[in-house]
Amino acid sequence: MRLTWWKITAIVLLAYAVIGGLLLPVPELTQLGETIRNLYYHVCMWFAMMILFTVSIIQSIKYLRTGSIEHDIKAVSYAGVGTYLGLLGYATGAIWASFTWADPNNPAFASFGSIMREPKLIGAAIALLIYGAYFILRSSITDMDQRARVSAVYNIFAYAMLFPSIWIIPRLLPSLHPGQEGNPALNFNDIDARMRMVFYPAVIGWTLLGAWIATLKIRHKILMEKKWFTNEK
Amino acid sequence: MKRAAEIASTHNTITLEALNQFTALLKKEFLLETRQQHTLYGVMLYIASTVFVIYLTIDSPDADTWNSLFWITQLFICINAVAKSFLQEARGRMLYYYSITSPVVFILSKLSYNVLLMLAMNLVNLLLYTAFMGNPTESFLQFLFIGLLGSMGLGLVFTMLAAIASKAMQQASLMAILGFPLIIPQLLLLVRLSKTAFSEVFRDGVPQQLVLLLVSLDILIVFLAVILYPFLWKD
Repeated sequence: MRLTWWKITAIVLLAYAVIGGLLLPVPELTQLGETIRNLYYHVCMWFAMMILFTVSIIQSIKYLRTGSIEHDIKAVSYAGVGTYLGLLGYATGAIWASFTWADPNNPAFASFGSIMREPKLIGAAIALLIYGAYFILRSSITDMDQRARVSAVYNIFAYAMLFPSIWIIPRLLPSLHPGQEGNPALNFNDIDARMRMVFYPAVIGWTLLGAWIATLKIRHKILMEKKWFTNEK
Repeated sequence: MKRAAEIASTHNTITLEALNQFTALLKKEFLLETRQQHTLYGVMLYIASTVFVIYLTIDSPDADTWNSLFWITQLFICINAVAKSFLQEARGRMLYYYSITSPVVFILSKLSYNVLLMLAMNLVNLLLYTAFMGNPTESFLQFLFIGLLGSMGLGLVFTMLAAIASKAMQQASLMAILGFPLIIPQLLLLVRLSKTAFSEVFRDGVPQQLVLLLVSLDILIVFLAVILYPFLWKD
């Protein structure tokens, strides 16, 4: 295992995010209680997801410009890890929502319908559906170059459509989710200074971890390709 | 000075040629439609039977239900009507287009034809809805305008997706999978905007804003199609 500087940074930041995130003082809000610490994990998942999707689309653009299959492998790997982080974001969000939003008189499943109507959740669902479709599109094309080209086109098209929707939908529907006007956690006034000390390092840490997993996947896939080609000869 | 004039004139001939190709391709689509009428009648029958099924399963929908059912029907019509635009092009014919025209002209002709087709289908759909389930709109003209605007957007998005899906297997079902997440924001905007025609009171300027958003989304889609289609085009 090659430990380069950014991998060490990822380990240090994540150790800090886990230990500091659970132990450092947080503001006391009666509604949230200690669940406020979920900010370090739940919100970071979405940040990391969006960053990895952005890297994926950049790789897709690079593929269309150069035609080198390596960029396609990178695009699909980053999209894969991004989707995984998105699912984790849903999981952490579900835990949080069950403490704060869910109707205590209703079982969790019964309040699902009203929770799912949240604009932020719809945006996230659209993003995950898009990448689900992306993987299905890939698996339905057998020719390697054509698969790379067509999925790159869809990746770019879908991403370009995703951004207007993330911007539009919150302005059409009412919301309980923090950050009603625009995007949560980007606003400096949203977060307490003590929490910012953990939050920003945590975002960087989780993103780096995602990138780390993606690079491993990329190396694995490139090796598989090489093996395939040498067997052919 | 003379050179500049020469360049300008070649530019003019190029744009003129593109325009000629565009009208020729568009004419070809209409010709095909009149020669192979079964596809057009197929789509119309699809609309008629869908509306009839909805009519039988729901007695008299209130305005909100009517509105959302209308748009969902419109979405499914769009998938069926637009899907054929690329599926009917055989490989050999694509190769022929490849030799006579440019991808930008080709995709623009497809986009315009599908938009026109969707506008017509929107009218048919609206007519059948009104005949079977009445018309709860306060201002019919407004709803007509919104319907035409929305059908245009649907036609544009699904033309691009049909182009993508035509490269893969199981094209028709794939188009729905690829398209649904992308069309959600537009559908939400349209359903919301339609409520102006049901006499829901909006704040000043909000409907205009929504129309502006829809139009700019359409422009974005055309822009993306022109940039991205050349990559799909070469095989």
